[in-house]
Amino acid sequence: MFKDLFQKKRKYATLPPDRSAGGGDAETQQRPKREIPEGLMNKCSKCGAIQYSKELEKNLKVCTSCGHHMRLNAGERIAMTLDEGSFVEHDNDVVSIDPLQFPGYAGKLAEQKLKSGLNEAVVTGEGAINGQPVAVAVMSFDFFSGSMGSAVGEKITRIIEHAGEYGLPLIIFSTSGGARMQESILSLMQMAKTSAALGQFAEKGGLYLSVITDPTMGGVSASFAMLGDIIIAEPSTTFGFAGRLVIEQTIRQKLPDDFQTAEFNMQHGQLDLVVHRKEMKTMLGKLIGMHSKKEEL
Amino acid sequence: MAGELAFEQPLVELRKKIDELKQFGQEKGIDFGDEISRLEERYVELQQDIYTNVTPAQKMHLARHHQRPTTLDLIPYVFSDFVELHGDRMYGDDMAIVAGIARFGGRPVTVIGHQRGKDTKDNIARFFGSPHPEGYRKAQRLMKQAEKFGRPVVTFIDTKGAYPGNTAEERGQSEAIARSMMDMAMLKVPVICIVIGEGGSGGAIAVGVGNRVLMLENAIYSVISPNGAASILWKDASKADQAAEAMKITAPDLLDFKVIEEVIPEPRGGAHRDYEATGLAIREALERHLGEIGGLDAQTLIAQRYEKFRRMGQYASGPALPNS
Repeated sequence: MFKDLFQKKRKYATLPPDRSAGGGDAETQQRPKREIPEGLMNKCSKCGAIQYSKELEKNLKVCTSCGHHMRLNAGERIAMTLDEGSFVEHDNDVVSIDPLQFPGYAGKLAEQKLKSGLNEAVVTGEGAINGQPVAVAVMSFDFFSGSMGSAVGEKITRIIEHAGEYGLPLIIFSTSGGARMQESILSLMQMAKTSAALGQFAEKGGLYLSVITDPTMGGVSASFAMLGDIIIAEPSTTFGFAGRLVIEQTIRQKLPDDFQTAEFNMQHGQLDLVVHRKEMKTMLGKLIGMHSKKEEL
Repeated sequence: MAGELAFEQPLVELRKKIDELKQFGQEKGIDFGDEISRLEERYVELQQDIYTNVTPAQKMHLARHHQRPTTLDLIPYVFSDFVELHGDRMYGDDMAIVAGIARFGGRPVTVIGHQRGKDTKDNIARFFGSPHPEGYRKAQRLMKQAEKFGRPVVTFIDTKGAYPGNTAEERGQSEAIARSMMDMAMLKVPVICIVIGEGGSGGAIAVGVGNRVLMLENAIYSVISPNGAASILWKDASKADQAAEAMKITAPDLLDFKVIEEVIPEPRGGAHRDYEATGLAIREALERHLGEIGGLDAQTLIAQRYEKFRRMGQYASGPALPNS
């Protein structure tokens, strides 16, 4: 009998409020008018599951339903990876200009700065992982699709050189749509510039951990992202050189769903590890520890 | 003449007119000598006009001309005793990149270049000059070999870009391009790269990290083909000519950007008019540049190459901005 009562009550509570009736408390009357605040809920782009943004945040922006690793901006990545308060940014003043006077580029740059709150598609600097000092570059897809122009290439080259000079392990988190075509040949040359800098860094015996995150394509995939001593990707990350559509047009075939995913690349020998976001910091710390030159310091 | 491009049509028409007049005069026994010499003068003027003001879009068409000399066409005019070597020792032999050993004025050098096909069948075998990973890995192998034997490396760049296929992705296209650039940056021997046709994207820069980078007068070099840029920017691939103008892809543009050291002149009307003259112009430039850097030690060569690429790019840097 008590059970019946309870059930009835529950049923009643889920009924939509009767708007025509004058009765009922104020709160129930207001409910239909109240809008869901922007950003309260989040829909997974992969499985469509709707979840509280706060829950998602707590889960490091990994879908609580399907495990899809959502994109992070540079700030979120840094907070998640480096010891709290350890990050010191470098070269924040290095920004893109419009060397070709390319139609629409200057305006788009200003727009991207506003949209992302960043000065460029990469944030570089120094910090620590479990007390171990590191040099890092973290790309941000929300600035110009993470594309690499002269400024991105310069900042990455500078942090590589800095890591070489001070004997720091280097971690680069990549995410990019590729080279920034509004800078044409100058952006292509950033591939050579960053790769050459990594050549020098390798010569000095520096450790470079490359972390590939969703998505990493074109000129970034085909330069520093694939030159790590150890190459790690987050699960379900898309990465490769040419885009899926271009390839489908070339070979006139539909590509499998998993084409260019981290798992696909792992299977084809292009990766050392696929690491879940929750375990990323631990893994990076562990690998750095195994390359530590403590005895010499 | 054959294979004229649209912008050369006024010349073609004038030449036709002159020929017709000559023939008509001969048939009827009339002397059009004055008229003909007037037209010939006009022809020279027109030629001057057309070929001194070649627009970027016209250069793009010249660079892609189906008769434009390929790496294998030019090698006999630049080098002697070329022996082509094959394979990456891992997967296969990519015919979109040819490589081997040759002599340059007596001195052995390693030659590597993209290779477009000369006809449809050849083009299919060579993937229209777009390399697979095994192409870059063949290049890497032979560059290391050049280093071992102290031979300079000369590369010819002529590709629309890396092959956009699933097989290329599966075999590590990204890694192959990245490693090629890093290896080239660290090579202990002199490296000279020459863009002879189309320098397209990652497929081009993969063999383009040299102490000196030179470009034929009508060659182009860019991060994405103007067609690709047009379809991304304006959703219209037919606006390639417009993109070619905006993207600054010509040799003089690249000289301004300090991406290349020198523009090598082509015969009037383009390299396809005269392979030998084109080859000899390359030979002359190569001789000069190799003369300048051929004797440098490994450390100096690597440092010089690094400095050159280190400086590339244009950006602003000033006091830190407050918003990040």
